[in-house]
Amino acid sequence: MRDEIQREEMLEQESVVERFDKKVVDQEVIDKVATEEYKYGFYTDLEEDRIPPGLNEEIIAIISAKKNEPEWLLEWRLKAFRVWQKMEEPTWQNFEYGPIDYQGITYYAAPKSKADGPKSLDEVDPEILDMYEKLGIPLNERAALAGVAVDAVLDSVSVGTTFKKTLAEKGIIFCSFSEAVQEHPELVRQYLGSVVPSTDNYFAALNSAVFSDGSFCYIPKGVRCPMELSTYFRINAANTGQFERTLLIADEGSYVSYLEGCTAPRRDENQLHAAVVELIALDDAEIKYSTVQNWYPGDKEGRGGIYNFVTKRGACRGKNSKISWTQVETGSRITWKYPSCILQGDNSIGEFYSVAVTKNYQEADTGTKMIHIGKNTRSTIVSKGISAGFGQNTYRGQVKIMKSAEGARNYSQCDSMLIGDKCGAHTFPYLEVKNSTAQIEHEASTSKIGEDQIFYCRQRGLSAEDAVSMIVNGFCKEVFRELPMEFAVEAQKLLAVSLEDSVG
Amino acid sequence: MSQPILEISNLHAHVEGNEILKGINLTINQGEVHAIMGPNGSGKSTLAQVLAGHEAYEVTEGSVRYRGLDLLELDPEERAREGVFLAFQYPVELPGVNGMYFMKAALNAVRKHRGLDEFDAADFLTLVREKTQVLDIPKELLNRPVNEGFSGGEKKRNEIFQMALLEPSLAILDETDSGLDIDALRIVADGVNKLKRPDNAALVITHYQRLLDYIVPDFVHVLSGGQIIKSGGKELALELEEKGYDWVKELSREGTVEAV
Repeated sequence: MRDEIQREEMLEQESVVERFDKKVVDQEVIDKVATEEYKYGFYTDLEEDRIPPGLNEEIIAIISAKKNEPEWLLEWRLKAFRVWQKMEEPTWQNFEYGPIDYQGITYYAAPKSKADGPKSLDEVDPEILDMYEKLGIPLNERAALAGVAVDAVLDSVSVGTTFKKTLAEKGIIFCSFSEAVQEHPELVRQYLGSVVPSTDNYFAALNSAVFSDGSFCYIPKGVRCPMELSTYFRINAANTGQFERTLLIADEGSYVSYLEGCTAPRRDENQLHAAVVELIALDDAEIKYSTVQNWYPGDKEGRGGIYNFVTKRGACRGKNSKISWTQVETGSRITWKYPSCILQGDNSIGEFYSVAVTKNYQEADTGTKMIHIGKNTRSTIVSKGISAGFGQNTYRGQVKIMKSAEGARNYSQCDSMLIGDKCGAHTFPYLEVKNSTAQIEHEASTSKIGEDQIFYCRQRGLSAEDAVSMIVNGFCKEVFRELPMEFAVEAQKLLAVSLEDSVG
Repeated sequence: MSQPILEISNLHAHVEGNEILKGINLTINQGEVHAIMGPNGSGKSTLAQVLAGHEAYEVTEGSVRYRGLDLLELDPEERAREGVFLAFQYPVELPGVNGMYFMKAALNAVRKHRGLDEFDAADFLTLVREKTQVLDIPKELLNRPVNEGFSGGEKKRNEIFQMALLEPSLAILDETDSGLDIDALRIVADGVNKLKRPDNAALVITHYQRLLDYIVPDFVHVLSGGQIIKSGGKELALELEEKGYDWVKELSREGTVEAV
């Protein structure tokens, strides 16, 4: 059995090599990138079911009732809310933003046709499907070809989950969070808040109180999920916040690769996005979680854009378990996000690969935490920050080796690239080591795209834009290598678009 | 009578306020190989950079016609697409940028400009295979990120390889021989010779005569103080080797400048 798995892994590695050969070809897609500033800035006119703005216990009760939730979940929400009211918004991050009017936000907005819930994709509002077409999401038949199972969350509710049947045959549960609450309450109750407690931090507490939907995934013992699972989030309605919650459990010996993408329409006001993602990996399980975040970044003067406050954390509970985060962050006016790993099981592995791009007036404060508890736990951090225009990019990371973490190892690499002379890059690595057997390496670099590099490319016939996009993609290669193929191509395109006009 | 590819007349250029080129006159016809020799600081590399369009150099006077075009009006990438190739003295590293991808993009930019169909991966690999056989250069060089961690010799060979793929009308080699051992020198020179065609031309810039044992020029020009102070056939290189640059400097001071 073990041999078989090893063989499968080897085969997979081979196919990865092939894919990268193919990528040489696919990269040409970059050349054809559209010229729009933010191509996902369209708005779809849908009939909505929304509740009045404001936040109080009554609103929370309404949300809970709309979702037909059990009593314990309402209590859980209310507890979070009561604590949140006493908490203070964090101020330690390396950016400032205007005050958020929490009473001015609408906490629940759903496309109306969802009222009784679509039974299949045929029942989904064609306008929504049309919108996903625009987003290039393979929601219908194309999904089959692409081998991607997609759960799409529009504003607050999940629109449709493809491939449920194929997955169900393997015992895999992949559905919207609301559905999981109805169909698998025992699993939800067991794991919800077990990695990110409802009162973990200001934004996690807010999310726990008002979360509207999200994705749920459970991979049973010994099952290798046969396809990439994928969720697309989109904020459509005005003046709403999006508070989705993702819970992913990989039972013993299982494997899953999960993708997450996000976009939002162009609007002049700021919108709040505060999500929570919890991952749990039991013995010998592996979770690979990839994100391409492209929320609306605001305009050239810094007007509008999404405030993105996200808490993502994975627990490697079992021995030999592994959680790998890969993120490409190109959107949002501000980003506050630290996908982390709690390495509890012996020999467990945590990884964090990140590309964060800030241009115009975007600001990102992002990084990771690796908490080593188990013996021989290992973690790898590779962070690539790119700043252009007036963009500010901060890497903030913590590596904590607990006393029990005999033989723990960490490798961190933080590279920053500056385009132009008005942007900034900052690095705040924190280290806390309580076991002397630990081995820790940290490397950091800051570079500027050199004029000589651009000239060299131009002398070979490439335009300055293509040269920059190529150099930046080369800079990010170690991270893109970690992304599934489809996402890698998407990420490269995004990078090319977001860096247009940054040079010259 | 062959057609002129490049006609430089009275070219003056500044960098950071210093005049480096002080009136260069040079005509290169199809099928010809010209060598430019000169002491350090004479303006050899500046001439190469100005022809390639580096923006740090400001042309203050004179003109450059290239195959009927006003070369100085074109952006660097337009010059490249029109067939001007510069083999850099110090090729830069592009970390993480795959060499195959880089050259395929470059080749297609050139092909597109000329109204030709772009090459797909299969066409491109066929071309690479063909050129590696002609040039005796391992194609593994192209599988690595462009120039990243290459030895000096590998970088120079890679430049020649790129040149072979792009098939320029005018190849400018800026001290391609510097830092090469004799074997690498032979491979590089051999490459240049094999790429010679009746309808293209090469401008070989070098400090030492050594390279010209392998690339035999039709004309040799001596550049000193920003001007061509002496021109002649290939025997001029040998004479220079024997008498040293002081000899030509002496000539120029006496005012016996011979220009072609």
